[in-house]
Amino acid sequence: MSELFKVSSNPHIRSKVATNGLMLAVVIALMPATGFGIYNFGPRALAVIMVTVASTVLTEYFFGLYKNKLTVTDLSAVVTGLLLALNLPVSIPLWMAALGGIFAILVVKMLFGGLGQNFMNPALAARCFLLISFPTAMTAFDCDAYTGATPLALLKNGEPVNLLNMVTGHTAGTIGETSVIAIAVGACLLLLLGVIDLRIPGSYIVTFVIFAGLFGGYGFNPSYLAAQLSGGGMMLGAFFMATDYVTRPITIKGQYVFGIFLGLMTGIFRIFGPSAEGVSYAIILGNLLVPLIEKYTMPTAFGHRKGGVRREK
Amino acid sequence: MNKAGERLYNGLVKENPTFVLMLGMCPTLAVTTSAINGLGMGLTTMVVLALSNMIISLLRNIIPDRVRIPAFIVIIASFVTIVQLLLEAYLPSLNQALGVYIPLIVVNCIILGRAESYAYSNPVMPSLFDGIGMGLGFTFALTCIGLVRELLGAGQLFGVDILPDSVEPIRIFGQAPGAFFVLAGLVALQNYVKESRKKAGKEYEKIGSGCTQDCMNCKDSEGCSKRFYDENAGRKAEGKTKQAKTQENAAAAGSGKTGNAKTGNGVTGNAKTGSEAAGNTKAGNAAGSRKTGSTDEEGR
Repeated sequence: MSELFKVSSNPHIRSKVATNGLMLAVVIALMPATGFGIYNFGPRALAVIMVTVASTVLTEYFFGLYKNKLTVTDLSAVVTGLLLALNLPVSIPLWMAALGGIFAILVVKMLFGGLGQNFMNPALAARCFLLISFPTAMTAFDCDAYTGATPLALLKNGEPVNLLNMVTGHTAGTIGETSVIAIAVGACLLLLLGVIDLRIPGSYIVTFVIFAGLFGGYGFNPSYLAAQLSGGGMMLGAFFMATDYVTRPITIKGQYVFGIFLGLMTGIFRIFGPSAEGVSYAIILGNLLVPLIEKYTMPTAFGHRKGGVRREK
Repeated sequence: MNKAGERLYNGLVKENPTFVLMLGMCPTLAVTTSAINGLGMGLTTMVVLALSNMIISLLRNIIPDRVRIPAFIVIIASFVTIVQLLLEAYLPSLNQALGVYIPLIVVNCIILGRAESYAYSNPVMPSLFDGIGMGLGFTFALTCIGLVRELLGAGQLFGVDILPDSVEPIRIFGQAPGAFFVLAGLVALQNYVKESRKKAGKEYEKIGSGCTQDCMNCKDSEGCSKRFYDENAGRKAEGKTKQAKTQENAAAAGSGKTGNAKTGNGVTGNAKTGSEAAGNTKAGNAAGSRKTGSTDEEGR
């Protein structure tokens, strides 16, 4: 029998790419930022990372045991834990970090059906959970290496910032967000591997820059815009969390809409909101709108007629 | 008196308004920041619920069907006003803590729901105990949610510090999202308990609000006026002539209960088509409209 006659249902295009391969790529791409975070903030950063990764992986493992469906080998829990750690300040008590990891996997991901069913980025949802629960611990960026406000807070108060330190990452902030260079290295790796593309990060960053230029109060001042871009979780969020496969729109048009929405929201939160940072809330809000965006940007199928097919009796 | 016990059990466990019926979510989520608030809100609601149930049951033969909802609201609102004035006078701190949610008891769906589905069609004593049982169930649920939220969100129980200062409370449980987490967790817990007890042989009948809609196997027949939810009534009457049925439906529609009102609509729809098919239409609303649709198509 010739293979020509093999009949199978769609999809007909197959790929050897599996979840754990993609997740491994993301983990490797996050390594520069992780390594710089540990170098920058000292061994305690390593402890926070270990605790969150252990808590996410163990939660996924035990939930898998309970459900008789072990999904821990797809490495998505490692990515969630790592991303969560990179979004935490280094001084956070370890039990809070562990609680965040458990929340991310158990409540945000597993209770909604596991990987692919979560409607929100688990790491960011856990970050917001911790931010609401422990506002002081989550915004205490004082540590051995740095004291004082984050560059974004300085920027919001109209104080001068050191742009070079912000790009290299020698500033206060969460563990993984400080160094633009380290994040850019990882992001380039993901772009080259084809794991992510520039649609969401590109439209996100461009929209945010335009918004900040229009409403930031400094006009299109390059150093102000660069500081806004390199400060806070902007780069980490745009390249590693807005592009999460599960919680981004699947339509191409929708991805641009998603990016533009994130840019607008981040700008509104940062410039008009009470706090200096707004990336995580913006992405979570965007995640919630994804089904709607997909509904209105779904490409029409070939042969589709407006108003539906008329049924003859 | 067995009836009273059965109503209490029904309100507390079988048909717990918060955990099973999921009614009255607004006060449930809003005021349960602490156990004492939950307890206060639950007891206030219980008083209003029991008294309004009683009065509505007493007046059930006097209130015309068409205006029964406004009449219920008037009765409920009177009791809410009384209770609020009493709270203002004797428990001002609780009154302040509960705030706008006391006046909002007027539109609490549990109270209106029990009035509509139970008190309006049952004798006084069962209605009173139905109100008390439902109120106790509501109080129990609100106090449970309040306890968990207060412990996790503030480290206190009934205003007393429980957790040591070194443990920082998880503030999100004191806020609205925390209420959803705790409610979901407690509902999951009680479902788990019920499921596991069911497996162990203890039956919890699955029932809707106040009625299983299954009059054949209903233990509650003495207090039930039967005509409200009996969808089979129409089907049983199928054999009768159109004339008799229309009269029956008209009478039923006149009595104004939800189920019967639907039947009335069905009849109207059929009358509009004016075709022969209408005469053969089944009494049920769904059947009626389906038939109407097909008649239209044939007409085309």
